[in-house]
Amino acid sequence: MLREDCPSQLMIHLARSLPLPSNVTRPRIDLVVFVVNLHNKYSLQNVQESLCHVDANFFLGKVCFLATGASQENQCSIHHNTILKLAHAYRSPLLFCDLTTKDFQFSVAQRLVRMLQVCAGHIPGVSSLNLLSLMKTSEIPSLEDL
Amino acid sequence: MDSYDSSAMTPSERASSRPKDYAIGATPLEKRLESVRKQTTFVCTSHRKKIPECSQLEEDIDPQKVAFLLHKQWTLYSLTPLYKFSYTNLKEYSRLLSAFMIAEKQKGIAVEVGEDFNVKVVFSTLLGVKGTQRDSEAFLVQILSKSQLPSENMKEKVLWTGWFCCIFGDSLLETVTEEFTCLPLFLANGAESNTTIIGDWFQKTFDCCFCPLSINAFNLSWMAAMWTACKMDGYMATTEFLWAVPCSPQSLDISYAIHPEDAKALWDSVHKTPGEVTQEEVDLFMDCLYSHFYRHFKIHLSATRLVRVSTSVASAHTDGKIKIRCHKYLIGVLAHLTELALLQIE
Repeated sequence: MLREDCPSQLMIHLARSLPLPSNVTRPRIDLVVFVVNLHNKYSLQNVQESLCHVDANFFLGKVCFLATGASQENQCSIHHNTILKLAHAYRSPLLFCDLTTKDFQFSVAQRLVRMLQVCAGHIPGVSSLNLLSLMKTSEIPSLEDL
Repeated sequence: MDSYDSSAMTPSERASSRPKDYAIGATPLEKRLESVRKQTTFVCTSHRKKIPECSQLEEDIDPQKVAFLLHKQWTLYSLTPLYKFSYTNLKEYSRLLSAFMIAEKQKGIAVEVGEDFNVKVVFSTLLGVKGTQRDSEAFLVQILSKSQLPSENMKEKVLWTGWFCCIFGDSLLETVTEEFTCLPLFLANGAESNTTIIGDWFQKTFDCCFCPLSINAFNLSWMAAMWTACKMDGYMATTEFLWAVPCSPQSLDISYAIHPEDAKALWDSVHKTPGEVTQEEVDLFMDCLYSHFYRHFKIHLSATRLVRVSTSVASAHTDGKIKIRCHKYLIGVLAHLTELALLQIE
């Protein structure tokens, strides 16, 4: 992501879990991306625990879920519907990607940087809430049967 | 933006956005496409599953006849429907396949001096190994070798066994025409070279496709829960789990053995609705095991991958190897495996 061209300064903070320590001053956070490895149930549990520490205002378009490893079906410990339900419950977009392939890495990075620019308010006329409603898929009505 | 969105999603989800207004009396192809869409739009594996109970057809199975199916390790494959397969031509198939086998072996594929070429292939039906009346009859293929020694002339050693079956394959049956026989599950025991030769012959003769069936950790945990739930009378084997820890340079394996009574007691405390198993119960069962292990060893088992599950009912390995120990739940286990095979075909 840092290799992407971006007009303003892009900073990424990586954390294994939330909450982040409060004794450090840090710049405003514009986008929170939760990465879930579908091969690893622990990562899902970690994300679920961390979600409780996120302020409700972030869920208006400033949170995104990234699920990796869906392509290797035989190594998955988590069913992809579980993560779909989680993303639906938090009304946040969900991206599936395979972070081991360079091409996918590149396209996901591009995607996230664009989302970040919108969430930071750098794109005039589009807010994070607008983006959220644009990214809603037609799957949502059927998910409510679950 | 939206076009990228759909390409990031799996193709199955993209297909669901097309309108589902198909006319009644659609062709089998359309019915097939419809069922594929239905499968992938809604929950693929049911969040509720019936505990495998003895169906009325199970009484037709003679325990003696299926005893040879138990306590053997079978490698699983999923198989697409067979075109123009007929149960009346089994003798013909035996003859053709024997000839094919001998020809293949003489080609030098199996290069061993003194290789016994007195092999013959026998097809036979397995009565009673099915879920409903609509399921196709299961059949068995065996490679027998005739012993060279005159004293043992009558004895035939079984070199390789493979059997095809279909248990509750209704979803597939609806979508194929009359000429196809649906037997999505194939189990093989014996040398790999024989499996490939037999597989090749079937693929050439019946225009089908074999695909190794692997069982992922998610399905293994379901199997663990469902098999622990089964009531066993008599001897109960230890319940064992095996996890593979992804680390370099060598991978570590963690094995966890539980007394079967304890496992059953844990399941009973977790299980609420009789006759049904839900996703939450399976997750809770596994989470209890994980937290118990963590409390003692400070290792998060949920960060590792479940590779093998072994209970008194059956044992399964993620590479698609299964061993069934109990004839009472044979149909139940096969039904679950058929479901996985069908998911892989579709």
